[in-house]
Amino acid sequence: MKEPKISPPREHKVARRSFLKGAALGSVALALPSRDADASIWDAFFQKHFREMNDKELKKVLKRLEQEYAEKYGVDIDISANKPLSGVLFGYGLDLSRCIGCRRCVYACVGENNQSRDPQIQWITVLRFKKGDKWVNDLENADKYYNPDKVPEEGYFYMPTQCQQCENPPCVSACPTQATWKEDDGIIVVDYNWCIGCRYCMAACPYGARHFNWTGPGIPKDEINTKTHYLGNRPRYHGIVEKCTFCIQRTRNTPGRYPACVEICPVGARKFGNMLDPKSEIRYCIENKRIFRLKEDLNTYPKFFYFFAT
Amino acid sequence: MRKIQVLTVLLGVFLMMAPLPARSDSKIHSGKTVAEANPPEEVERPIPNLFITPPPLSEGIFPCSDCHADQKTNPNRRELTEFHENIKLINHAEKQRWCLDCHNPDDRDYLRLASGKLVTFEESYYLCGQCHGTIFRDWKAGVHGKRTGEWNGKKVYRLCVQCHNPHNPRFKPITPKPPPIKPADIK
Repeated sequence: MKEPKISPPREHKVARRSFLKGAALGSVALALPSRDADASIWDAFFQKHFREMNDKELKKVLKRLEQEYAEKYGVDIDISANKPLSGVLFGYGLDLSRCIGCRRCVYACVGENNQSRDPQIQWITVLRFKKGDKWVNDLENADKYYNPDKVPEEGYFYMPTQCQQCENPPCVSACPTQATWKEDDGIIVVDYNWCIGCRYCMAACPYGARHFNWTGPGIPKDEINTKTHYLGNRPRYHGIVEKCTFCIQRTRNTPGRYPACVEICPVGARKFGNMLDPKSEIRYCIENKRIFRLKEDLNTYPKFFYFFAT
Repeated sequence: MRKIQVLTVLLGVFLMMAPLPARSDSKIHSGKTVAEANPPEEVERPIPNLFITPPPLSEGIFPCSDCHADQKTNPNRRELTEFHENIKLINHAEKQRWCLDCHNPDDRDYLRLASGKLVTFEESYYLCGQCHGTIFRDWKAGVHGKRTGEWNGKKVYRLCVQCHNPHNPRFKPITPKPPPIKPADIK
């Protein structure tokens, strides 16, 4: 009979399972900032999703972000986090028979929403079309680099485009981290601290309305708009996606100002208001003008209405 | 026999014609009265209580009565040579209209509607609205023209003359802002 083989006892026996446990904990500890590191790095690492934060947590996060911005940009930036107003669904109207393609809206938007100047990011694109051409399904062949001495030019018309704030937004369903979503007032927002920069939303958007930050935003210090919103125009980070929010920092107040592009338009081609209010300007446009929406066949149901007024 | 045939034809013609006046009669009776058909504008959509910006009167010109009070009104259509030479009606129904169609001849501090009613320069939208009815309707609803202020609060409305020169109303071309940088030009 063969004797059972007994291995000699070891002095320091480590079970495989507990070794792996220790290794995992050790690597996590290496990856995380240590206790001695700046507390804000620790807080930023464990920051919750915007929609999961309670008021106290949100307040703390806003305070930390304001501190971070003050250190980075050297100006005091005020970040609000106003919730959607009840009974409000924002709609936007654009009168194509009035637009003269002067691009005042583009630059008002850049200034209001702290878009990067270098490298350039612009949320509004003004397209130029030749009158009489077949165009509605041919947006890609429109000219956005036109640069005449004076506008409007004879024989052309202009169509500004921006985020269409879809009721059925493809960008939201494409986002793997739920960093972008539709708010109750219809505005599609991005939590810049949760965006991982995968750009799936950019691929999903049929309107080219989303823009990627290849570097940190290049904004001259004296041009930073210090009145900001967490989901809106606070300066964005390197490697995240941003978009038009109907100037959430202006419009979500009572009384709420018009978006910057509406206010600047010299010909009054842009209309804005609450679609649930029967007396609002936007409702008048929808009920009395011949409106259309871009790429209706995609069933995105934009809340951005184009029309030709009398 | 022939008489009967003629009579039937006549009867047929009469029957064919008869419904016409009868139909229009019923229309008058069942239709609206004149007042109902043309309700005053104020009932439909009143001029909202707005903050309207003051008219852009040239400095030192208003009140017009400073000069015009003791001047005799010359109602004849003519080229102005002594004063207001720079005012020319361009692309604004110049063949049909003349200064006194809008400016009140008896007291120049007022404008005058076609009805003879006087309006101030602050209310000049009534004057423009006489011809541009659809635009006036849109303007009252807040849809025509530049809009600033608050979407759920106080809105600023501009008078027609703030954007359109009343004597030469076409919007003047302006210089566009620079185009976006082409991808090929990004360094």
